[in-house]
Amino acid sequence: MTIPGLIQLVGFVVTIAVCARLLGPLVARILDGEPGRAPLGLGLVLGPLERGVYRIAGVTARAMTWREYALGILAFNALGVAAVYGLQRLQHHLPANPAALGPVEPASAFNTAISFATNTNWQGYAGETTMSYLTQMLGLGAQNFLSAATGIAVFAALARGLRRSSESGVGNCWVDLTRSTLYVLLPLSTLLALVLVGQGVVQTFRAPIEVEPLVQTSQTLPLGPAASQIAIKQLGTNGGGFFNANGAHPFENPTALANALQCLAILLLPAALCHTFGSMVRDRRQGWALLAAMLAIFIPCLAVTVMSEHAANPALASLGVDQALGNVEGKELRFGVDASALWASATTAASNGSVNSMHDSMMPLGGFAAMWLMQLGEVVFGGVGSGLYGMLMFAIVAVFVAGLMVGRAPEYLGKKIEPFEMRMACIVILLPCAVVLVGTAIACVVPAGTSSVSNPGPHGFSQILYAFSSAGNNNGSAFAGLAANTPFYNVALGIAMFLARYWLIVPVLAVAGAMSRKSAAAATEGTLPTHTPTFVLMLVAVVVIVGALTFVPSLALGPVAEHVQLFARR
Amino acid sequence: MAMIRAATTTFLLLTALTGVAYPLLVTAVAQGVFPLQANGSLRTHEGRVVGSALIGQDFSSGEPARAARWFWGRPSATAPSPYTALDVAAGGASGGSNLAPSNPLLAERAQERIATLAAAARAVGLAPSDAPVPVELVTSSASGLDPHLSVAAAEFQVARVARARGLSEDTVRALVRAHTSPRTLGILGEPTVHVLELNLALEALGRSPEVP
Repeated sequence: MTIPGLIQLVGFVVTIAVCARLLGPLVARILDGEPGRAPLGLGLVLGPLERGVYRIAGVTARAMTWREYALGILAFNALGVAAVYGLQRLQHHLPANPAALGPVEPASAFNTAISFATNTNWQGYAGETTMSYLTQMLGLGAQNFLSAATGIAVFAALARGLRRSSESGVGNCWVDLTRSTLYVLLPLSTLLALVLVGQGVVQTFRAPIEVEPLVQTSQTLPLGPAASQIAIKQLGTNGGGFFNANGAHPFENPTALANALQCLAILLLPAALCHTFGSMVRDRRQGWALLAAMLAIFIPCLAVTVMSEHAANPALASLGVDQALGNVEGKELRFGVDASALWASATTAASNGSVNSMHDSMMPLGGFAAMWLMQLGEVVFGGVGSGLYGMLMFAIVAVFVAGLMVGRAPEYLGKKIEPFEMRMACIVILLPCAVVLVGTAIACVVPAGTSSVSNPGPHGFSQILYAFSSAGNNNGSAFAGLAANTPFYNVALGIAMFLARYWLIVPVLAVAGAMSRKSAAAATEGTLPTHTPTFVLMLVAVVVIVGALTFVPSLALGPVAEHVQLFARR
Repeated sequence: MAMIRAATTTFLLLTALTGVAYPLLVTAVAQGVFPLQANGSLRTHEGRVVGSALIGQDFSSGEPARAARWFWGRPSATAPSPYTALDVAAGGASGGSNLAPSNPLLAERAQERIATLAAAARAVGLAPSDAPVPVELVTSSASGLDPHLSVAAAEFQVARVARARGLSEDTVRALVRAHTSPRTLGILGEPTVHVLELNLALEALGRSPEVP
């Protein structure tokens, strides 16, 4: 690898750490703030809008029980699914459809509706030939915001449940959804969208345009309001592309600078929320510890990806090609190998799922790292809000295991961990694993599952495993050679995405409710501190061991077997 | 009942805000401040829109002797033909080959590309060369619309293009250098050569008498 490449990677990690430290406490002030008020003058501009929403909706900012909170979140998300499904099926009757696209097939529309409401943004379709501008902005674009706001809201409820002051209830879901949309997601997205347009991302309602190329017979360029959607797609860890090639499309990601900014946007909020948590529980060290645990897993995975993609492909060695650049099949030259590998790690660590290179064409170990980062449960950064509430469930398990090891009553932030919380944490941790493995197993034995595979040998199995790892952890990236726009995959992956999102949100909120009723004990000599390097190590160990034990056998059949096969040729 | 009202109203208002007001606001500002970029960075040449500065074009298809006159971009895996950015009727859209590194088709396609490059060189009377072909010239990009070449991949084609157009290799090499962009801020991305601009400059050169 080159010196600029190394600077690029180290610079990225440092920039994320700095930006997260600056943004995190601000988000805490927004989540804990009074209606109509927000830092940085945002309250002055958007406060009237916020109050207006509450007035029309008849919402008072009273604290809810966890059950009310969960019901509200589920109802809100159900409306999202229905709206996206309806828009896709009726788009040919609706305005802003200059390419005159027809209605989306029912199975595909079902999959896409779940996909965008659950913050997965798995895409079985090609954007430019399937979705009208109206469906893109009003259906998919709006869900980019609202699914991210859902994640932040559930995280906020859990943080309130965990903090020392025992309060009644876990907060108000309408207030949390509205405030995180208005004061966190909208301002950041507007800023990023405009910078991206400056770099060349399209933002227009004009119809696709036919140009007269120099030699090629003809070329039609797709257009659309892309920049506004790309900005929130990255900031909200959504990842759904406006165009089929996603972040590899020159109109979505035109320059190396646009690429770097989008890559930062992928990890920005998931990293910042660690500090938000520290601020909310009034112990900044807790936020640092969680962020340190995430980085401790992220950095080695990034290193593996970068090294594997710089390697020459042995299968091309005998052809007399110069592989100095590394594995560039499915990569764009304006980004190069380093920025492509960095993006692949960031997008799978966070549950973003956008791609700037084709993961299907990555070297076996690069694909391995990407897949494993998802299989860890999307807790290494993970989705906006969802990554951190997942990591907090792992922290509860880590505290419990450590308590057993040293013979202390397990408590987190002074609150006792009891069997109920452990049961809920186990559901949150194990359910996605089950969805991934059971889904993969079913797809491997039915013809409808195997007939979609496009690459031979172990890689074909990897394609199926990747699809369910992605859907079962709400990531959304793909080994895109798999022909997933079939009734089988649309339905199976739709169910996987649904389970992985809502069957996790409910137990997380149950923990929030249970913890909020407990009073916090003062820390004593006998308390296990949860901000020390020892605890970080413990937390990393729990995450890695659960992930390794669950997925090593399947990974051995896929990417590991492919690696051995490929490199044994030498 | 209060829950249903709160859910429905909050959903509708936030959807209107993020799904209508926000994209319209961004469009309005973008069209005002960056009209060129917001509408696809279109490139006009002699009064015609010849493409987008961001989207690559196919230069390699057709008769070897004619294709030899142009710098070729990277192979493109888009359907139904290379560098299809949009073809609603045929379902053509951006995308990569998604061939696994272990897929035999990957090496096969690379071999075909090497043969096509050799045929073009032969067609203009160049002796077969045993210089290794840069891998980026025989593997397809992620979008199928990559507008760039690496410096090595452009250098590799200099001799052929120069011979086909009756120009000196130094002239063509200077042109490549003039259309090479360094890494952004010295660190981001890779140095790139813009294929469309390079080919437009070649055409311009071919028409004016060469200055010694």
